[in-house]
Amino acid sequence: MRFVDEYRDAEKAKRLASQIRELCEPGRKYTFMEVCGGHTHTIYKHGLEDYLPEAVTLVHGPGCPVCVIPMGRVDDAMAIARRPEVIMTSFGDMMRVPGGKGSFLDAKAAGADIRMVYSPLDALKIARTNPDRMVVFMGIGFETTAPSTAMTVLRAAAEGLTNFSVFCNHVTIIPAIKAILDSPDQRLDGFIGPGHVSTVIGCRPYEFIAGTYGKPLVCAGFEPLDILQSIHMLLRQLADGRAEVENQYTRVVPWDGNRRALEVISQVMELRPYFEWRGLGFISRSALRMREAYAAYDAEARFDVPGVRVADPLACQCGEVLKGVLKPWECKVFGTACTPETPIGTCMVSSEGACAAYYNFGRFTRRRLEETSLT
Amino acid sequence: MCLGIPGEIVELIPGQTDLATVDVVGVRRAIHIGLLGDQGVRPGDWVLVHVGFAMSKIDEAEAAATLALLTGLGQAYTDELEALAESDIT
Ligand code: SF4
Repeated sequence: MRFVDEYRDAEKAKRLASQIRELCEPGRKYTFMEVCGGHTHTIYKHGLEDYLPEAVTLVHGPGCPVCVIPMGRVDDAMAIARRPEVIMTSFGDMMRVPGGKGSFLDAKAAGADIRMVYSPLDALKIARTNPDRMVVFMGIGFETTAPSTAMTVLRAAAEGLTNFSVFCNHVTIIPAIKAILDSPDQRLDGFIGPGHVSTVIGCRPYEFIAGTYGKPLVCAGFEPLDILQSIHMLLRQLADGRAEVENQYTRVVPWDGNRRALEVISQVMELRPYFEWRGLGFISRSALRMREAYAAYDAEARFDVPGVRVADPLACQCGEVLKGVLKPWECKVFGTACTPETPIGTCMVSSEGACAAYYNFGRFTRRRLEETSLT
Repeated sequence: MCLGIPGEIVELIPGQTDLATVDVVGVRRAIHIGLLGDQGVRPGDWVLVHVGFAMSKIDEAEAAATLALLTGLGQAYTDELEALAESDIT
């Protein structure tokens, strides 16, 4: 089949793998972070690490939207959801995320009206058809989903709906990458840049990574060969002594991003002074809240939220996993107390989480190239 | 949720601002196209769909490749597709 064979072709992968091997300087080790959980998923699904020489290590980044939601925010959302007049709506990924007092699924079982939606526009429709109830949308995600939430608010305003609001937990990717670069326990040689976030923000916002930190970044697509090619581009830069932002995913990512989507975000939302990330702690100017002008659509303004900070469970090592310091299977509770059915940490919840990817594809060790194929 | 799915615009829904019908491997649903700004879309165009919104335009060749990969992604793709099928945007 056209395109499939091109992007899955094991022969091409092996050729890329040998070019990758040739680019590695003898005795030198390379550590690259794939920022985006979608990439983590592809890497484990297709066993891409098996194609890489021992000298190249991939570590997983913070780009998994539900993984970074702190316990306190989950508890706040549940406090809103338990109000009798409220219908809480949420993406399915969020349903199992544990807070200090259980998850949305637990609250739903205990009688709260919590509904799974595919799109914030589905939540808006629920608001239209339930005029006597208050419908709240749990807004989560990076710049990939923030424009959708913002556009939905604009639509609600245009329709004059008064029973719809957003509990805004949208975060921005750049401050998280910067926090990781500034973290003393991390030594990275380059980044595989997020694909779909970049359709919105474009490639320019990453330039400080190359300019100030001297590390290359390549925006990558989600096919197995896209990722291998991106690794090749990173190694090429290092071999040439360059540190630049490059775009491997040109067929989807415009260098300047999506200007309209950015306008819609900034019309409706503004940066919070700081926000807590699970495992990473407080990061300044790293998340979005509703602007004053849209307070009528801001669940935090409409409802009392406890706003209590809840410490992560002691056994949980998601912070280390999100910074790429620990491999998922190195966490003490991985696969025993913590599984996708009964997650302790968030990285086990979403298919984009590193722990879930490891667990689901059973990739605990590296196998040899000969035994694997890109299927 | 960050896993976008490619779909083909079938028609712009008459009488609705910024809504279009999209076809994703036979599943037809309404999506919002307002985030594409001036680019606009026409029936036959391929777009990357995130949570009910067209987030970028892609050419058909790219869409076919991504679709094929996603079909191979198995569960994550099936989940995303089922979630889309549940959606009922008007
Ligand atoms: S195994 Fe569970 S607790 Fe440990 S890092 Fe992964 S998600 Fe967090």
